[in-house]
Amino acid sequence: MAKAFNLPDNFKLSSPKTWFRIAQPIDNETKLSRRHIYILPTRFGWLYALLLIALLIGSINYSLSLGFAMTFLLAGFGAISMLHTWRNLANLKATMQRTSPVFAGEDAVFELVVTDESNRSRYAISAQFANENSGFQTMTEASCRDIQALNAGVFKLRLASKKRGWVKAPRIAFATEFPVSFFQVWAYAEVDSQCLIYPKPSLRSQTNPSSNAQGNSGNQPTPQGDDDFVGHRNYQFGDSPKRVDWKASSREQGLLTKLFQGEATSTLWLDFNATTGENIELRISQLTRWVVDAESEKLKYGLRLPQLSINPSCGDAHYHQCLAALALM
Amino acid sequence: MFIKATLKMQQLLWLLLSLSITFTVYTFNLNNWVPAFFVFFATWRYLIEKKHWPFPKLWLRLPITFAGGLAVLATYGSLFGRDASLALFAVMISLKLLETKSKRDFIIMVILGYFLTVNTLLFTQAIWVILTITLALVGLTACLIVTSHAGSTHSDAKNLFTWKAQAKLAGHLLLQAVPIMLVLFVLFPRIPGPIWGIPQDAYSGMTGLSDSMEPGNISQLSLSSKIAFRAEFKSAIPPNNQLYWRGPVLWHQTGRSWHISSEKLDIPVEALETSGPATDYTITLEPHNRNWLLMLDLPTNLPANAVVKHDMQIVSKEPVRTRIRYDGRSYLHYQLGVKLSDYERTLSLQLLDDENPKTRQLAAKWVSENKSPKDIIRAALTMFKEQPFVYTLAPPRLGREPVDDFLFNTKRGFCEHYASSFVYLMRAAGIPARIVTGYQGGELNPNGHYLIVRQSDAHAWAEVWLADQGWVRVDPTSAVSPNRIESGIASALPDSNLLPMLSRQDYPFLKKIYLNWDSVNNGWNQWVLGYDQQKQLDLLKKIISDKIVWEDIGLILVLVLITLMAIISYFLLRNKAKVLDPIKKVYLRFLNQLEKTGLKKLAYEGVTDFSKRAAEKLPEQASEIVAISELFSSSQYAKQGEAHIENKRTLTLLKQLVKNFKIKRLK
Repeated sequence: MAKAFNLPDNFKLSSPKTWFRIAQPIDNETKLSRRHIYILPTRFGWLYALLLIALLIGSINYSLSLGFAMTFLLAGFGAISMLHTWRNLANLKATMQRTSPVFAGEDAVFELVVTDESNRSRYAISAQFANENSGFQTMTEASCRDIQALNAGVFKLRLASKKRGWVKAPRIAFATEFPVSFFQVWAYAEVDSQCLIYPKPSLRSQTNPSSNAQGNSGNQPTPQGDDDFVGHRNYQFGDSPKRVDWKASSREQGLLTKLFQGEATSTLWLDFNATTGENIELRISQLTRWVVDAESEKLKYGLRLPQLSINPSCGDAHYHQCLAALALM
Repeated sequence: MFIKATLKMQQLLWLLLSLSITFTVYTFNLNNWVPAFFVFFATWRYLIEKKHWPFPKLWLRLPITFAGGLAVLATYGSLFGRDASLALFAVMISLKLLETKSKRDFIIMVILGYFLTVNTLLFTQAIWVILTITLALVGLTACLIVTSHAGSTHSDAKNLFTWKAQAKLAGHLLLQAVPIMLVLFVLFPRIPGPIWGIPQDAYSGMTGLSDSMEPGNISQLSLSSKIAFRAEFKSAIPPNNQLYWRGPVLWHQTGRSWHISSEKLDIPVEALETSGPATDYTITLEPHNRNWLLMLDLPTNLPANAVVKHDMQIVSKEPVRTRIRYDGRSYLHYQLGVKLSDYERTLSLQLLDDENPKTRQLAAKWVSENKSPKDIIRAALTMFKEQPFVYTLAPPRLGREPVDDFLFNTKRGFCEHYASSFVYLMRAAGIPARIVTGYQGGELNPNGHYLIVRQSDAHAWAEVWLADQGWVRVDPTSAVSPNRIESGIASALPDSNLLPMLSRQDYPFLKKIYLNWDSVNNGWNQWVLGYDQQKQLDLLKKIISDKIVWEDIGLILVLVLITLMAIISYFLLRNKAKVLDPIKKVYLRFLNQLEKTGLKKLAYEGVTDFSKRAAEKLPEQASEIVAISELFSSSQYAKQGEAHIENKRTLTLLKQLVKNFKIKRLK
């Protein structure tokens, strides 16, 4: 039956969530073709229908010829507005931009680029993540954008992250009621995008990594070179509160972290076996905290995991390499 | 926050503007305090938005609501009925403004606004009302559009969506609905109304002849320039003095007033014999909320849903509450009721006793002089002609014996005075007589070859019964003022300034404009307002086939509507051809060149960002790339006014740069 009626492949009458055709990505581009667009009247649309019926009855009752004309004009307006609402969403193209990793517990931000290719300005398009398990419901608050003809609009879709590792962008629900709110048009689209979630750093290091028997260096990961202040950078989750420039934040410049010229000459091995904790996740958290601290203190550090070892180094790339290794462990 | 506030103001202004237009129409029809009420609350609501006043709390709104309801009740005596319920609706809409805040409130207000606006048609369906309704509908739709757009942002700080763009979109939406409206208007099966009882006051504004006559009635009617009906002639238009449009026939005399005969329908219709050529015409009768169907003296056919009474009154079965159109065939030469039934003889000699002694004396004198009925008629007319009788719209009030007072004292009167006193005289002299009311004459509109007959053409005349001739029309007014009958009321009245302007004879230029306008109106009435079940069927028979029956209309409608929607959908939903401005075209050419090296501008990438990336990849040509990109982006983001002058120079420069730009492949 699914084939005869051109229904979605997994169509099952009993579960509404399978009723909809979902636009699928091809080469990271998802096109909302006319087969993916659904439309239903809103409650205002029904109210408007009621108005039309009332006007029609009135025109018949009072034999108002011009009343008929105006009723029909408004009826035609309803039909036209249906087409306009539909075309406001149809044939948009959605692509995902590269995501930046975040720590578990933070919002993963997916940047969705929606492009008009039909040379038509689109107004009040909303996009949000849809909950795949409950057909119509959406998970996040929608954000609304206008897209100029032949241009693109960027939606920042946030998704609360819980676990470390890759998180795939859920299905996206596009919707619009523009121009008259009598109809709601929507479409579901899958996108090819995932965001890496780093493990959540534990609150404070309980054991000092220097006590690690296998550490090559006796250097303590205590703050060093604190005297040589070199500048600020934006606060990142995991920065030591000691390094936050509270004076700057009181000047309403936002949270800034002070950077110092560390000596970073000594190396520090951060070893999974050195962590303690009831389960792996807690130990990974602990290790993550060490990495974050070591980075913020500009130390040279290496990471030793059960299957993987990263040679000591420092810098942004190294930092992210270590965190990614932890996230995917 | 700032954007949201402006949006609210825009929404509100559209709403208030369009409601104001609608309320302007209502000022002509509802009690004046209702529009004033709206103005007050609209201003209040505006100030709430403008000055950030607080919204009134429920304890304040509730008593105002009750007061509004009570005021309607006090003004109209009820909350039901056409005027009262519309007034109540208008009052409630005005009050609802005070709690219109959210998106939901605004949308509901717009839908209620649509209802209020279309309902102005209950009062008038004149052509100009289309203008006010259209303006209000565009405004309301714009409000709907802004409301639907609320909360949406654009990366460009400048809002794409100015009030002009909103109005334009609203206009487009309504304009695109016009084809659908036309199809539905022509093809939607018309059901003759009413479906249920219509409030009593629905027809309060209609004027026309009444079923009784008192001195002063018709002269009062004559002050109105309202159109009673229009008559199109298929044959030559008869001379003015033959244009007697027959209305109610009055038999019963009670003191001052005259009434139609009782509603007995079993009295046989007076025998009619006609001679001479027939006159064929079509009448478009304005609604007057009575049953009379006006026809030329004397008709031989009956319009649909009409009956003829024994005295040749043509009446419809239902009061005429919409403009109707019917065909008539009349003969100007006829003999009516040569045999007089006893019932009619009694009726036509009836007079109240002990009134108007002087008039009775005069009649008795004529009878005692052994005059024949014809001589008596002549004597009466001679009296009107030779004594100083005056035809006037403003006759003095008559005393207790009205006929005596008129004939022997005031001698100033309008047609009803002459007709009633003449019939009184005849009856007193034993000659059967009755009063016929109706219209006399009409104004020719040369544009459409039809007559416009106004309420000011209302007239009353007499019919007397003569043994060998039957009922003969005698118009005593013509004895006093022959002009009235020969060339219309305007030439007959010396005090014509009392007449409505359009019935007068001065201002020929204005009159000409008016006549043109009236022929437009006439077409409007015939083809738009008068479009009913019958017309619909006639039209389809003419266009498609004779065999069409009413039941087929629905099917035709569905087929035409599907076709139309398919066509509209095609035009609305097809992909628009890409029209690029020349500068953009040149820039795209440049992008194409770069694409050959594998450098592709991403959709979301800004022009400047891309030029940086390209310059990194092609360091040799960095300066060219940056120059082209800067030129392009500055032209795109220049202010409208500046851009216009600069555009040509930019274009030539850009063309030159792109032309010289040749990719040097990197090793």
